Amino acid sequence: MSILEVKGVNKRFGGLQALGDVNLSVQEKTVHAIIGPNGAGKSTLLNCLVGKLIPDTGSVMFDGQSVLGRTPFEINQMGISRVFQTPEIFGDLTVMENMMIPCFAKRDGSFEMNAWGSVGSQKDIVEHAEEVLEDMNMADKRNMMASSMSRGDKRRLEIGMCLAQEPRLLLLDEPTAGMARADTNNTIDLLKEIKDTRDITIAIIEHDMHVVFSLAERITVLAQGTPLVEDVPDNIKGNPKVREAYLGEAQV
Amino acid sequence: MFGLNGKDTLLLVAVALLVAFAPILMNPFPQGSALEIFNGGYPALMQRFVIFGIFAVGFNILFGLTGYLSFGHAAFLGAGSYAAMWMMKLLTINVIPALIFSVIIAGIISLAIGYVSLRRSGIYFSILTLAFAQMAFQLAQSVLQPITGGETGLQTNLNDPRILPQFLGGGSNVDGNIPKPSLFGLEMSSTYDLVMGPWTFVFNWGYYISGLMLLIALYISIRIFRSPFGMMLRSIKSNQQRLNYTGLNSRPYMLTAFVISGMYAGLAGGLLVAMDPQVGTERMQWTASGEVVLMTILGGVGTLIGPILGASVIKYIEDIFSKFNDTVLNIWFDFLPDGIVQDGFVWAISLFTGKQWHLASGVIFMLVIIFLPGGLVSLTKSIGDRVRRKPARDANDASTTPAE
Ligand SMILES: Nc1ncnc2c1ncn2[C@@H]1O[C@H](COP(=O)(O)OP(=O)(O)OP(=O)(O)O)[C@@H](O)[C@H]1O
Ligand SMILES: [Mg+2]
Repeated sequence: MSILEVKGVNKRFGGLQALGDVNLSVQEKTVHAIIGPNGAGKSTLLNCLVGKLIPDTGSVMFDGQSVLGRTPFEINQMGISRVFQTPEIFGDLTVMENMMIPCFAKRDGSFEMNAWGSVGSQKDIVEHAEEVLEDMNMADKRNMMASSMSRGDKRRLEIGMCLAQEPRLLLLDEPTAGMARADTNNTIDLLKEIKDTRDITIAIIEHDMHVVFSLAERITVLAQGTPLVEDVPDNIKGNPKVREAYLGEAQV
Repeated sequence: MFGLNGKDTLLLVAVALLVAFAPILMNPFPQGSALEIFNGGYPALMQRFVIFGIFAVGFNILFGLTGYLSFGHAAFLGAGSYAAMWMMKLLTINVIPALIFSVIIAGIISLAIGYVSLRRSGIYFSILTLAFAQMAFQLAQSVLQPITGGETGLQTNLNDPRILPQFLGGGSNVDGNIPKPSLFGLEMSSTYDLVMGPWTFVFNWGYYISGLMLLIALYISIRIFRSPFGMMLRSIKSNQQRLNYTGLNSRPYMLTAFVISGMYAGLAGGLLVAMDPQVGTERMQWTASGEVVLMTILGGVGTLIGPILGASVIKYIEDIFSKFNDTVLNIWFDFLPDGIVQDGFVWAISLFTGKQWHLASGVIFMLVIIFLPGGLVSLTKSIGDRVRRKPARDANDASTTPAE
């Protein structure tokens, strides 16, 4: 069963056709990779899924409901969490506080007036956040200021924050970009574990083919805003159209 | 204690002690001494320390936690003043209904202004709040003249209706005098003078009422700072985008913070009228909005006591420096050789005093921003660290006492 249905989505930026008639169907509880050369429109597509951009035409359905016209926090509350291309965390807050915020969002919804008791008195939230930090192997960093961590740790924290919400669909925009090999392998292991232990669907944008072929069950290739092919990894590897798309880029 | 952790309790107790003993602490110089002019321990000034402290503490809940800089909070200060004034005119001279009404009115107005202004962030938000406050100021001067008294302003009068003259002990409207704001029959202006040799310490009822309000205001602020709500506000300052993509709606959080800070401003405005029953439109002017920004930054944005410190310093400079005049300065610099040297000094200092006290506060503000970017609190903190580190080193030298 497909959890995400993108149909006929177009998006123009002035004269630039960033997305042209995109159709995409992501099956529940699979890992679906979206690859393509720089500027292919991958991030733009993700932006259309989470309410950051509104497509000019077309429809985006999540679990049978349209996400179009909804605000980012509403879409998130439907069950879609997103990790950004550059880590988006609360830099001025501690790691623990970073982790508690999605726990509050999960428990209380989009707004709850909780101005009297201290943060620490919210036992269930503290427990939940501790648990996810343990899962992410970050418990020892809980009192660090988030901005002072390495890029790899920031990304790890951001993934953890998304997982704390127990989303049904996790969107990852180049989660290993700029990471060292070791960090990349850690991230692959982490994502594999997530996929095996949770009822979750993952859509991942990635340039690193090692990551893509380690994780993905289906791959969509996007070039110049349009899906070129969609298939299982083995068929993508040898596909001449895909090579052309990437080679074409290399020649530019 | 009171649901606060040890450190916060200590802070609250420290502020309570400072408020309680300020009439003594602020009057260190004996009467008749050359430095007497620096004494700040008289009611009119101390009342303003704590009242503007409340204003700044509330402002800091918005600006310090969320980073949204409002340039329109004078509108709420003024609204609070007018609301309190009308309560004292129509209902009773007792200050309690006046203060409650000032908080409610300021809350309603800040809800309306905040609702619209918060559609934008950053500089556009600041400009919107400024525009609304200027509109309120203009309205107060023109269309709303029947309510605000226009340029002449309002004061309590003998023939005000006051339908509940005896409410909660009533006031002191005996023998045909204009009743003065009071609480439980005791006037705000009543004082007790403690004479000790060359010192006279003045304990004022109104000051202690305002001081109590400040402590309550600070207590509420501490609870907000430590609460999940406070954490959400800090996360807005840190990364509003992440918050929205984490399923949280930043708008109602912002609006709540805005209204709370507006209510603090209203309380401060109400207290100003309770201490001195008159109000004019200048209380709503944009300079008053700017002043609370300066107070907060000068003391330390986002810290608990910084705003109170900043408010006190600015009000102190305003009062004390504006009291200096050439006569005072000439006496001071009398030790210098007469003629050009003394005159030069007097002239140089006089640039920063009297009506030009703003220049002095400007210079101090500049110095703090450059050398203490964290505000005056960071000064007390680094002194505190130094004091604490020293005994620690002594303990190490002795190498017998284990570290704590
Ligand atoms: N907000 C915007 N305004 C104007 N043009 C945009 C905007 N966002 C993206 N674009 C353009 O749309 C095209 C697609 O961009 P997008 O970021 O989606 O590419 P991408 O596939 O994510 O590339 P990369 O691999 O480099 O991240 C690019 O040419 C980009 O310059
Ligand atoms: Mg991208």
